[in-house]
Amino acid sequence: MISQDILVVGGGLAGLAAALSCDPNLKVAVVSKVHPLRSHSVAAQGGINAALGNNPDGRDDSWERHAFDTIKGSDYLADQDVAEVMCQKAVSTIYELEYLGVPFSRFPGGVIAQRPFGGAGFPRTCYAADRTGLVILHTLFEQSIKKQVKFYNEWLVTKLVVNDGKCLGVVVYDLATGQIMPVRARAVIFATGGYGRVYSRTTNAYINHGSGTGIAYKAGVPLRDMEFVQFHPTSLLGKNILITEGARGEGGYLVNNKGKRFMADYAPSAMELAPRDIVARAIQTEVDKGNGFDNQYVHLDLRHVGEEKIKKRLPGIREICINFAGIDPVDTPIPIQPAQHYSMGGIDVNEKCASQVEGFFAAGECACVGVHGANRLGGNSLLDTVVFGKVSGEEASIYAKGSEGTDSTEKILLEEALEVKTRIEEWEKRNSGEKVHRLLDRLKVVMSEKVGIFRKKKDLAEALEKISELKEDYKRIYLYGKCLRYSQELVNLLEFDSMLDLAEVITLGALNREETRGSHYRLDFKERNDKDWLKHTLVTWKEGKPHISYAGVNISKYEPEARKY
Amino acid sequence: MEYLFKILRYDPLEDKHPYFQDFFYATKEKKSLLEALMEIRNEQDSTLAFRYSCREAICGSCAMVLNGNFDLACRIELQALESTLIVIEPLPNLEIQKDLVVDMEPFWEALSRIKPYLFPDKKIQKEGHRIEERKMEKIFQYINCIMCGCCYSACPVASRDERYLGPAALAKLYRFVKDPRDKRPFSNLSGVNTEGGVWGCDTIFKCNEVCPKEVRPADGIEALRRKLVVEKVKRIFRLKR
Repeated sequence: MISQDILVVGGGLAGLAAALSCDPNLKVAVVSKVHPLRSHSVAAQGGINAALGNNPDGRDDSWERHAFDTIKGSDYLADQDVAEVMCQKAVSTIYELEYLGVPFSRFPGGVIAQRPFGGAGFPRTCYAADRTGLVILHTLFEQSIKKQVKFYNEWLVTKLVVNDGKCLGVVVYDLATGQIMPVRARAVIFATGGYGRVYSRTTNAYINHGSGTGIAYKAGVPLRDMEFVQFHPTSLLGKNILITEGARGEGGYLVNNKGKRFMADYAPSAMELAPRDIVARAIQTEVDKGNGFDNQYVHLDLRHVGEEKIKKRLPGIREICINFAGIDPVDTPIPIQPAQHYSMGGIDVNEKCASQVEGFFAAGECACVGVHGANRLGGNSLLDTVVFGKVSGEEASIYAKGSEGTDSTEKILLEEALEVKTRIEEWEKRNSGEKVHRLLDRLKVVMSEKVGIFRKKKDLAEALEKISELKEDYKRIYLYGKCLRYSQELVNLLEFDSMLDLAEVITLGALNREETRGSHYRLDFKERNDKDWLKHTLVTWKEGKPHISYAGVNISKYEPEARKY
Repeated sequence: MEYLFKILRYDPLEDKHPYFQDFFYATKEKKSLLEALMEIRNEQDSTLAFRYSCREAICGSCAMVLNGNFDLACRIELQALESTLIVIEPLPNLEIQKDLVVDMEPFWEALSRIKPYLFPDKKIQKEGHRIEERKMEKIFQYINCIMCGCCYSACPVASRDERYLGPAALAKLYRFVKDPRDKRPFSNLSGVNTEGGVWGCDTIFKCNEVCPKEVRPADGIEALRRKLVVEKVKRIFRLKR
């Protein structure tokens, strides 16, 4: 049996940052369902926040201001102590990345360039044109070649094995051989990313099924604040490919079919650079009012930004527009619509990225360490992945060095692997049944129509019913392809189980939370209600169903106030 | 519109030889080749294997050969093709693991051999480098590389000489050599001052032609050659003095 001191699951930014920060004396490996460079982190565009104060308009910036903006942006649901940790570490994190080779864009004088982003009091988003995720992911991958990190690529983790509140390892499906195997580990770090594909319209990659989060949930780890789903204001019409917030940071306008910069009606001082929840709602409202084009989209107009700046600062956006929409933003406005983009919620972990299960850690989008609250600011997710990826690696190392294995571990792991094998054999044995991609299509429609940007009790209750119907149908699932090597069908089948659970947890949290906060907008409860709802939602899988509970928010410095931009 | 897809199928554990399988595919909507492949897999044969992830030409997963052209399946629009016959093959010169999935290990192995990471100035570990953007501009072309493997697979030298590092790895090396922050010793380049390195290139420029991200890897290989020659000449003069 393969046995590791620390097993990192996921090869995106958080996973690589975790692996690179593990104690080099420990036996560490990264398991990823795709080659690390294929992870969705590679698609991040606009930048990463740190109060460097390099922009002439940002001289007075400080990590405290960054923390305040993050907390205000979160609609005060962020844990303030943890947000402060992230923002304090941001500055040294950027210099560290730069030192490792990240080719950041520069200002005259050679300092790292910074652009304005939504909800930020100062221009503090560091960037490499509009390919920031690409260059950081490639840099960390290069570092892992240097440090000879062990990778097991194209292994899908299908189960987190927990016994007596202690993590023992995982069960994996090896795509190349088609085998199901247990992997033993003293400590496991999940850095498995988001679940965007639960929605029809998402900026996320096809692979973002969120099964890591679902697997942790099924192993008894609570999920926190899952009802907070970020919809990015600007995704390319149709394919919903991300058009970075940096496009507005560089001066882009949002314009409706009347030719009006409608953000004046929603956020008169921040305009296009209000936080994402506010801008996404504004766009959807304009479209719903009939002020959109084809009742579907509005324009992101970059023409006045100028050809030179577009080519220099937004070359990737230009390439995407030309490749996927057949337009050049230099002379044509970009048709955009909101799309699911990010999960503020995730696996419930503390500031050390540790969960309630001993030896189980999580970092990045799959985790909820508490920095984004009800709405994440643009440029804070890359920061989150690198800062807390590193924390998780350091903390897991401390844990792994002090932990001891038990004799029964291998036996339990083998039993758990056998359970997965048996489940797959049952799917194979049937003569017919449901096709998984059809169930997924149905789930996406439910989530998009009923658990989207605007929510109400009736829709959410109906969504829960539909999800439980889908859960019944999932029991009749059938594996049509009989070859288990490189079976994307099997991947989808295994991951769909998690997608159903996540959909249920998101919807349940949204139904219960009778207020509006950040990305969670209730048409039937339009105000924020701090008296009753300034608390985290926790959903735990117990005795075959979800149990909901609540926990306090750390408010150490900033008293909640009205959120105006 | 109805299309006929001829897709190369091969399961090394089951089939003696690769073969083409026909799939009919009809659609009224605009679709990328990747979307069409996914629908064919979902509706017609769920064992059809291929890689994909981002669907926006940035992750490098879905490189394959489409009607004879190397490209990313996600960025090709079906309706923009001139033919309704679409022939899809895996990247050549790499072992087929299943259907369109190939073994990229030789490609990654070559990359790891060039020490693909910055050799920074250790003195400035805390504050990072200060560097004017215009000094960095020379590397921008190369940092666009997404490691899709098109160039490696299309390279005639890489296909006949397994020692050859290939275009992507050499271009990546040049990305670091040209980075004004990089302090790698010149001796570090001796590993590519060989037939398996920069001197292996046939200057056919197939890599420049097939790159979906306009990296032009051969520019980097040629620049490395010039650098090696110039350094050699400099050394000879230094010795004479």
